[in-house]
Amino acid sequence: MMLRWIRQQLGFDPPHQSDTRTVYIANRFPQHGHYIPQRFADNRIISSKYTIWNFIPKNLFEQFRRIANFYFLIIFLVQLMIDTPTSPVTSGLPLFFVITVTAIKQGYEDWLRHKADNEVNGAPVFVVRSGSLVQTRSKNIRVGDIVRVAKDETFPADLVLLSSERAEGTCHITTASLDGETNLKTHYAVPETATSQSVSRLEALQAVVECQQPEPDLYRFVGRITITQHGEEIVRPLGPENLLLRGARLKNTKEIYGVAVYTGMESKMALNYKCKSQKRSAVEKSMNTFLIIYLAILLFEAVLSTILKYAWQAEKKWDEPFYNEKTETERNSSKILKFISDFLAFLVLYNFIIPISLYVTVEMQKFLGSFFIGWDLDLYHEESDQRAQVNTSDLNEELGQVEYVFTDKTGTLTENEMQFRECSINGVKYQEINSKLVPEGMTEDVPDTGFFLSREEELFLKAVSLCHTVQISYDQPDGVSDPFSHANGFTSQMEYYASSPDEKALVEATKRMGVAFAGSNGETMEIKTFGKSEKYKLLHVLEFDANRRRMSVILQAPSGEKLLFTKGAESSVLPYASSGEIEKTRVHVDEFALKGLRTLVVAYRLFSAEEYKEVERRLHQARTALQQRDERLSEAFNFIEKDLHLLGATGVEDKLQEKVQETIEALRLAGIKVWVLTGDKHETAVSVSLSCGHFHRTMNILELVQQKSDHECAEQLRRLARRIKEDHVIQHGLVVDGASLSLALREHEKLFMEVCKNCSAVLCCRMAPLQKAKVVRLLKTSPEKPITLAVGDGANDVSMIQEAHVGIGIMGKEGRQAVRNSDYAIARFKFLAKLLLVHGHFYYIRIATLVQYFFYKNVCFITPQFLYQFFCLFSQQTLYDSVYLTLYNICFTSLPILVYSLFEQLVHPHILQSKPALYRDISKNSLLSFKTFLYWTILGFCHAFVFFFGCYILMGEDTSLTGNGQMFGNWTFGTLVFTVMVITVTLKLALETHFWTWMNHFVTWGSIAFYFIFSLFYGGIIWPFLHTQDMYFVFVQLLSSGSAWFAIIIIIITCLFPDVIKKVFYRHLNPTSTQKSQCMEAYEGITCMDSVSCFPEGRGLCGFLERLKRANRSWNDSDPFASNDRSILTLSPVEASHC
Amino acid sequence: MLYGKPRSPAHRKLVPGSEKKQINKRTVRMKTEGSMENRPDNTAFTQQRLPAWQPILSAGIVIPGFTLIGLAFIGIGVALFVTSQNIKVLERDYTGVTDDSSCGKCMDPTKKDCVCEVKFSFSELFEGPVFFYYGLSNYYQNYRTYGVSVDPYQLVGDTAYFLSPDSNCSPYQNDSTGTPIVPCGSIANSMFTDSFTLYQIINGQQSLVPFDRKGIAWWTDYNIKYRNPAPVNGSLALAFSGTTKPINWSKPVYELDPNDSANNGFLNQDFLVWMRRAALPNFRKLYGRIREGAYANGLPAGNYTLQINYNYPVQSFGGTKKVVFSNVSWMGGKNQFLGIAYLVMGSLCIIMAIVMLIVYAKYKFSDDDGA
Repeated sequence: MMLRWIRQQLGFDPPHQSDTRTVYIANRFPQHGHYIPQRFADNRIISSKYTIWNFIPKNLFEQFRRIANFYFLIIFLVQLMIDTPTSPVTSGLPLFFVITVTAIKQGYEDWLRHKADNEVNGAPVFVVRSGSLVQTRSKNIRVGDIVRVAKDETFPADLVLLSSERAEGTCHITTASLDGETNLKTHYAVPETATSQSVSRLEALQAVVECQQPEPDLYRFVGRITITQHGEEIVRPLGPENLLLRGARLKNTKEIYGVAVYTGMESKMALNYKCKSQKRSAVEKSMNTFLIIYLAILLFEAVLSTILKYAWQAEKKWDEPFYNEKTETERNSSKILKFISDFLAFLVLYNFIIPISLYVTVEMQKFLGSFFIGWDLDLYHEESDQRAQVNTSDLNEELGQVEYVFTDKTGTLTENEMQFRECSINGVKYQEINSKLVPEGMTEDVPDTGFFLSREEELFLKAVSLCHTVQISYDQPDGVSDPFSHANGFTSQMEYYASSPDEKALVEATKRMGVAFAGSNGETMEIKTFGKSEKYKLLHVLEFDANRRRMSVILQAPSGEKLLFTKGAESSVLPYASSGEIEKTRVHVDEFALKGLRTLVVAYRLFSAEEYKEVERRLHQARTALQQRDERLSEAFNFIEKDLHLLGATGVEDKLQEKVQETIEALRLAGIKVWVLTGDKHETAVSVSLSCGHFHRTMNILELVQQKSDHECAEQLRRLARRIKEDHVIQHGLVVDGASLSLALREHEKLFMEVCKNCSAVLCCRMAPLQKAKVVRLLKTSPEKPITLAVGDGANDVSMIQEAHVGIGIMGKEGRQAVRNSDYAIARFKFLAKLLLVHGHFYYIRIATLVQYFFYKNVCFITPQFLYQFFCLFSQQTLYDSVYLTLYNICFTSLPILVYSLFEQLVHPHILQSKPALYRDISKNSLLSFKTFLYWTILGFCHAFVFFFGCYILMGEDTSLTGNGQMFGNWTFGTLVFTVMVITVTLKLALETHFWTWMNHFVTWGSIAFYFIFSLFYGGIIWPFLHTQDMYFVFVQLLSSGSAWFAIIIIIITCLFPDVIKKVFYRHLNPTSTQKSQCMEAYEGITCMDSVSCFPEGRGLCGFLERLKRANRSWNDSDPFASNDRSILTLSPVEASHC
Repeated sequence: MLYGKPRSPAHRKLVPGSEKKQINKRTVRMKTEGSMENRPDNTAFTQQRLPAWQPILSAGIVIPGFTLIGLAFIGIGVALFVTSQNIKVLERDYTGVTDDSSCGKCMDPTKKDCVCEVKFSFSELFEGPVFFYYGLSNYYQNYRTYGVSVDPYQLVGDTAYFLSPDSNCSPYQNDSTGTPIVPCGSIANSMFTDSFTLYQIINGQQSLVPFDRKGIAWWTDYNIKYRNPAPVNGSLALAFSGTTKPINWSKPVYELDPNDSANNGFLNQDFLVWMRRAALPNFRKLYGRIREGAYANGLPAGNYTLQINYNYPVQSFGGTKKVVFSNVSWMGGKNQFLGIAYLVMGSLCIIMAIVMLIVYAKYKFSDDDGA
């Protein structure tokens, strides 16, 4: 992505000068005159970031853009340039290690991309060149080439369909790999080219395609084709229905010919390889803050040391005693230069306080840790055989920090499995009973009326069975060459495919009731009314779009009448209806909505011959327009869809997914506010909200709907705010509709936020996709900066998913677009509970401890070195040997924390899930708050003081520590401090570990053992490549001293003693609810699950309950909703009654 | 439906046995139901159900633990303290600034070959073996530039480096005439040069107390780490030809010990002791042991005179010099820190255990009431 951008900036990819591109079919350029060839990209897809040649420089460049890496590079360079206490290797090696690990990871990923690219670019394709079909590689296709694609092949570039093996020039494709829609779509060739079905005839074809420059929108294509036939130029419009997208697959059609218009990186698929904007987690932000603080500490220590050094050296007897004279050059060098170089030397000496391996460990932790989500059986959906999917591992811990959940309704809370329930025809309500349409009020055992339907009923059913875009697929292997032949058989093998589940449900319902849709071939639609076949000529389809919220078909009935059938949302059809039972239908629609049904209104219009001509003309004009086609089309549509006669309305039920209620309740107990954002009608939305537990019966429901003016909206908002203030005992729920929301957001954002925050449930209905994103952004940018999470399943949720801090896609029926754009994808809404409450909790605790521990262990590491300067005249003498300096972070202390951060489980997952309130313990980034950070840092300093002064007192009495009376030197002292430190730091992590798997045992004790073995080995050999043998036998000598052993033990115990005391007392006197759950788990195990009586009573507990009560007062109310059959959710009432 | 999400109130504890049973059940089901390619593996690892020990720092564990640790520490502390108390130490400052020695006269750095005496007496036997140390204070052997001012290749007898010492050694790389110094560098140059002789006064007669000067350096330093150059024509001195002695030294390195030819060159014990830099500015270095002849059991009660060849100037940097007589135990010299530290930590553990017991008992009872 980056590369392409740079290339474009540098002019390798020339910016497109004109708004349109002209493609000469088969690259037959006009012979005469003024043709300037346009340059197009070749058909190579490049998703890889690196090549073999630029991998090293480019990868290095990208890695050093990270502040921490750059910092260590600088330190390394300083060490190379000036005389510093440690050799450049000490910082160079860890840096090299970190860079190499990251480079290997990125290189591997890029290698996979290269492999995929090569496969795609090398795929064989057939191209028409100089009069014959030539096989070539996909990457050789140029714009203007005529490409042949056979059945079940994918299109190698964006092609304009020229002809198919069918005479009418249609073909079926599926775009499952692009947008996940599994239905078959019919694409058309222009009639003039549709006849060119052979290579020779294509050769004779003289045509030019003019179209817009490439753009990523999959559903937009504007162009025209000019065909020269018999010296005559025929111009035809081209739309998305003529364009075959790269990546889509040809179905049910033997072969097609198409001309490539967009190739390679300019194809719509490639343009959709969008680099998702990097989402950064809150943990990463705090991590950077901490890094800066540590940088400040580092600078402070270096400056202090430099100043003290010069204060000390003011006296000559310290500066240059007789035993340590300076050279002439040292004496004569400039003071300022010396000062700077001293400062840099101290900087180098203390630089390890910045944890170099933090980033790489965090990255590994996230990468490896994210596998657990996909592996989780609890997040696996058996019916659809789908497991949870992780698209970015960067946000794992953010799952534990969510404060607002924005969820879509259809397909997310509900199954998106539509069932036809009721309809209203001509002002009478009907129900479907035993596959029959029964008017309301009649009982089931009405006498069988046979195949009789009234005229209105029949028209209504016909309208429903004709006005749609449903496709039929037959299970039989070879295609739909003639759909009607199968229709006669009318077997059960026939299956409807639709992009909208509502349509499918409706068509299936009418089929049950006797009016069956039997197939369409692009020009005719056939229905069977009780076995009697009727063919309608399909004249036009006015496609559905989100703004119009309706779709229409124009048909020619067998009788020759031209008819328009319209189907759409009630608000977008009723206003255009001029006859029929409008008022009764409106009432019925509202009733349906109250029952939670999805409603659609059906209407029709009969065209007179003149009217139809006008319609035809307008449509053609709009469709051939090159500019502003969309606007002109909608204008034309509005012209056509009016003066409608209302036929009736349908009510389709969308079943709730299982355990939605429990999940929402659990999220709420976890302190997460749930907002439902839906495109549905107000009444439908409210009733679904109630049935899924989002709204409670006891809630006071506030409404901000149908606000017409700005002023009115503000007034209403103020009223609501007042009501909330007056009545703060009960919970409030807020219902907002899209129109009112946009008014509210335009001028009264603050007021609106105020109202929203005081409502425990918010429902936004009639929302457009962009509005959803806007609501998320509003919350995201509010002063508290809460962490937001958006869940959705459809393309209309994508903007919201991308906007939220964490975007979750539901693998539903509406394609995979949401899944592709999400950070995590799950199969069912109910999995959200485990994902947040368990995985989120774990990841957060793991990474938070990881970050804090890293800072802690580096403070422990470097502070003794700082303290040592006070005893060596600030001469920058290192306390530890260089090898120890180098390996501390990458060998001795790296693995235990990594294993901890992969496997730690503070509380058993079942308890986390059954006690959602535990989620509150970690909310607001509490484990990375400044207070906790300070605690760890101070702890680090304290431990460092204990190590250093413990050893100092031991050695400082300057007695011998061995039985043979010999004395130790400075390296023994440093090694003693280092040994104590490595053990203490490892044990400190052991104290933090609650979940000891064999791996934890292995790495914890293994690290300590490794340190000893390594030291014995390192000190036991004269290393030929080392300049000095300072460490030779130092470690062995140290261990041969009994005093040293005793000192090591006592210093470690002293360090950890206060920590243990603190932990025990906190646990007893002021336990967090998490800790209580731990003790519960340990002591009571089984019986304790649902009762809270096992909690140790105490002031702390009562205080906690008090807090809890305040926080969710509402659940304690005698809410019939909250207390039935949900044993897991009865936590708070029990607790409250207890205290 | 889904395994691992029991909604029943009975909460399963992770018992290895039950674990196995569930897995078996699972695999059976997997066989019966088909088409579940995406089904995650049901292993303890992937489901994060690895058998694990989940310790909790609760009072029930910590109180007995602390009590045990406390008792053990007090025991160890007493033992260490007693051991340390049994060690005798005699220290005498001989810088000359104070009056307890005759060394004041030697403080003038211009005075050469000054000899002074320190007198002391024991009222009872000073048990042997007695170790004799010299000590310096305010002396920064841990100064960085001092520490690197050495050529390690010279010290392993690599004659190639004799003629071109490491530049780290400057200003003691070459002398004023440009002759390379061996051993070069500040550490070697500043080697301690005072020497000591101890006499017991028996009936007014001075009787020499012999120092055993062998084995005062680390065994590995003497035998492995440092090497003399191979003698040329059987003479160590010739191996050093073309080089000169360190500036402050009175004699070259191959003549350090006139009495013992094996104790010369880089393998001179005093030199090795000096080359092991001290960690802190106040340090002692071992000079010799008294364990021969009549003094094998220690220094008997009586009066003693320590004769000092006072050469090493320390007053320029405010340092002091001292001598120390000490006997040692298995844990080394007199060191009360460890004993005290163990006693303090032991008692703290006990105290905290008692405090916790009180707290625990209090809340334990109220818990019982509440339940």
